Amino acid sequence: MTRADSGASQTSEPVIDVSGLNVDISVPAGILHAVSDVSFSVGPAETLSLVGESGCGKTITSLAMMRLLPRSAKLTARHIRFDGMDITNYTEKDMTRLRGNRMGMIFQDPMTSLNPVYRIGDQLEEVYMRHRNASRKEARERASFLLEKVGIINPAQRLTQFPHQLSGGLRQRMMIAMMLMCEPKLLIADEPTTALDVTVQVQILQLLRSLQKEFSMAIVLITHNLGVVARMADKVAIMYAGKVVEQGSVQDVFDRPTHPYTRGLLECIPRHGLTAGHDKLGSIPGIVPSLVGKVTGCSFRNRCLHAEEVCAMRDVALRPVKDNHDYRCLFSPEELAGAREGVAAQ
Amino acid sequence: MNMAAQMKDAEAPVLEVRDLTRVFSIGKSWLKEGKPLRAVDGVSLTVKRGEVLAIVGESGCGKTTLSRLMLGLQQPSGGDIRVLGEPLVGVDRKAFARRVQPVFQDPYSSLNPRKTIGQIVGDPLIIHNVGAPSERLARVETVMEQVGLPRRLVNSYPSQMSGGQRQRVAIARALVMKPEVLICDEPTSALDVSVQAQILNLLQDLREELNLTYIFISHDLSVVEYMADYVAVMYLGRFVEVGPAKQVLNTPKHPYTQALLDSILTPDAHLGLPQLDLRAGFPDPLNPPPGCRFHPRCVKAMDVCSKSTPKMVRIDDTDVECHLYPAKD
Repeated sequence: MTRADSGASQTSEPVIDVSGLNVDISVPAGILHAVSDVSFSVGPAETLSLVGESGCGKTITSLAMMRLLPRSAKLTARHIRFDGMDITNYTEKDMTRLRGNRMGMIFQDPMTSLNPVYRIGDQLEEVYMRHRNASRKEARERASFLLEKVGIINPAQRLTQFPHQLSGGLRQRMMIAMMLMCEPKLLIADEPTTALDVTVQVQILQLLRSLQKEFSMAIVLITHNLGVVARMADKVAIMYAGKVVEQGSVQDVFDRPTHPYTRGLLECIPRHGLTAGHDKLGSIPGIVPSLVGKVTGCSFRNRCLHAEEVCAMRDVALRPVKDNHDYRCLFSPEELAGAREGVAAQ
Repeated sequence: MNMAAQMKDAEAPVLEVRDLTRVFSIGKSWLKEGKPLRAVDGVSLTVKRGEVLAIVGESGCGKTTLSRLMLGLQQPSGGDIRVLGEPLVGVDRKAFARRVQPVFQDPYSSLNPRKTIGQIVGDPLIIHNVGAPSERLARVETVMEQVGLPRRLVNSYPSQMSGGQRQRVAIARALVMKPEVLICDEPTSALDVSVQAQILNLLQDLREELNLTYIFISHDLSVVEYMADYVAVMYLGRFVEVGPAKQVLNTPKHPYTQALLDSILTPDAHLGLPQLDLRAGFPDPLNPPPGCRFHPRCVKAMDVCSKSTPKMVRIDDTDVECHLYPAKD
C-alpha cells in the first residue's frame, strides 16, 4: 500500500518529451487556444497524470501526442520527442506505423472504441498481424496470452465473443489487451476507469500498474478524478483553460498545493469525516472562461480569491515552488498561503 | 419489519417501501416462457421527513430499477410503496408524480433542448393544472431563485448553459410541484469536481430550507458520506446492509460493504492502490448463486454460505444480511 514501488529511475531517457505544445482550433467565432505552452516528459515505467475539468485541454493534449487532432486544429511545438525521435512533423503514414504499435491509447468508453460487428479475437489479432507481419495463428496465440495477462479466465472462448456480450470491466480489459499486443512504449489512457464501478476501477488500475512494470511502459493518464491521480501517478500536471497551472511529483503537488486552482480542486472533494448538514464542501465559484481570441493575463483570475488588477495585465510563466515543482501565478507561495489564512480567519 | 418497525414510534415516515419486488421476464416470446430476472427482490425501506437515504451498489445491482419503481415509472411485481401513509401502487401516475420527483444523472439528456428554461421548469404546473399563467411564472421564478439560477435565464435554452446550471434546472423542475421526496439518481456523476461540490452544497441547503427528503443513489461513497443520514448497500436486487451512515461507513459489517469502502480512492499521494478483499466476477443475475448471493466473491465465505440464504439481523442500529452474523432463534 505504500508508495515505495513507485518512482521510475530519473536517469533514463524519457519515452515522450513534449515541449512548448500549442494547439489552436479554428471555430466560427475565431481562433480557440485549446492548449498553450504545455511541456512535460515521461520516462519508462513512469506515470504522468493530466488533470483538469472538462474543456481544460487534457484530451486535446493527448490527441496531439498521437497526432489525431481534427483538421481544423493547428499544432505547433518546440518539439514532441517520442523515443528519441522528433515526431512533430511526421506524416500521417509515419504516424500510422507508430499508433497501435509503439504508442497505444485507451479511451473512457470501451463500448465505442471496440467495433461491435467484429469478434474480439479478430480485433486483437488485426493489430498484431498488421504491425508485426505475423500469421493469424501467431496473432491468436499472442491474443490468448495477453487475455490471460489481463486477468480473463477462459481466453479462447472470450476471443470468439462480440463486444456486447461482455461487461464494462471485461471490455476495458480487452482494450488494454489490444493495446498491449505490440508492447507499446507509451500508453495514453483517457479516463480509463470513469465508466466503471468503483471495485472494478481499482482492479483495472492495479492491472495497469503491474503491466506497466512488466513492460516498462510510460503511461499518460488523463482523468478528472484526483483520487485516481494520487494513488496511481508519479507526476501530475494540473491543467486549466489550456495551460498547465501546476506540475510536479504527486507527493509535492498534493502535499503542498500552491496554485489557487489546485487548492480549490482539492477542497471540492468530499473527505472522510465531513458530515452532512454541518460542513460545507469547498467550491470554485464561476465558470471556465472562453478560450476564443487573444487571452491576456491569468485565465483563472475571474474565479480566484487572490486576484488583483495586475493578474489581468501580465501573462504568467511557470515558476518553481522548488525543484521539479512549478506553478503559474504572480504571487509567491508564501503570499498565497498567507492570504488564504486571512480569508479563513474572516 | 427491521428498519420500518423501529422508526414507526417516532414519526410517520414520508416514504415507506415494503417487500418491493420487480421481476423482469427475459427472452420471453409467444412460444416460450421467459426466464425471471429478479431485479429488485424484497426491498424494504423507510425514510422520515428531512432525511437522506443513500443507496449504493455496483451497476446491475438493481438500484436504478428500484428508483424507477419509487417514481412510478414501472409497476412493481409485488410489495407496497406508501407516501405519508397513502399507498401509491396502482394509483394514477400523475398523483404519484406530485409526491415523488426525480433528478437524473445526465443533465444533457434529461432536458428538452427545444424548450426554454421557463417552459421546462413550468411544465409540471401546466400538466397538473396549477394556478393561472401569471401565478405559474411567479412560482417558476421562486424556484429558480431557490436553486441559484438568475431570473434572466428564464428564456434561455439548455444548450446555452453549463452542466452545473443544467443540473440546477433539473432540480428546479423537480421542486416546482413541492414534492415530498426527491429521488436523485447519480445527480453529480456527470459533472466536474468543482461543479459537483456546488450541486451537493445546493442539495444540502435545499434540504434544510424546504425540509426535503432525498433518496440519493450513487456509487461514489465519499459523496454518500457527505450527503446521507442512512445508507443501504444493495447487491443483486437485495439490501445486504442498511443502517445509519456513520455506522455503515465507519464500522461496516458485510464483507461487500467493506470491499466497497476499500475501493474509495482518497487523494492521498502517499498511499498506493488499495488491495481489495473481493473475488472477481459479477454474477449472472439470471442465474443468481444459491445461498448468499455474494458468496462467490466473498473472501470470508464459509460452507453454509452456498447452502442457505442468510437472514437479516440487527446489530446496533444496522441491519445486515450475512452468515457471519447468525440470526438468534
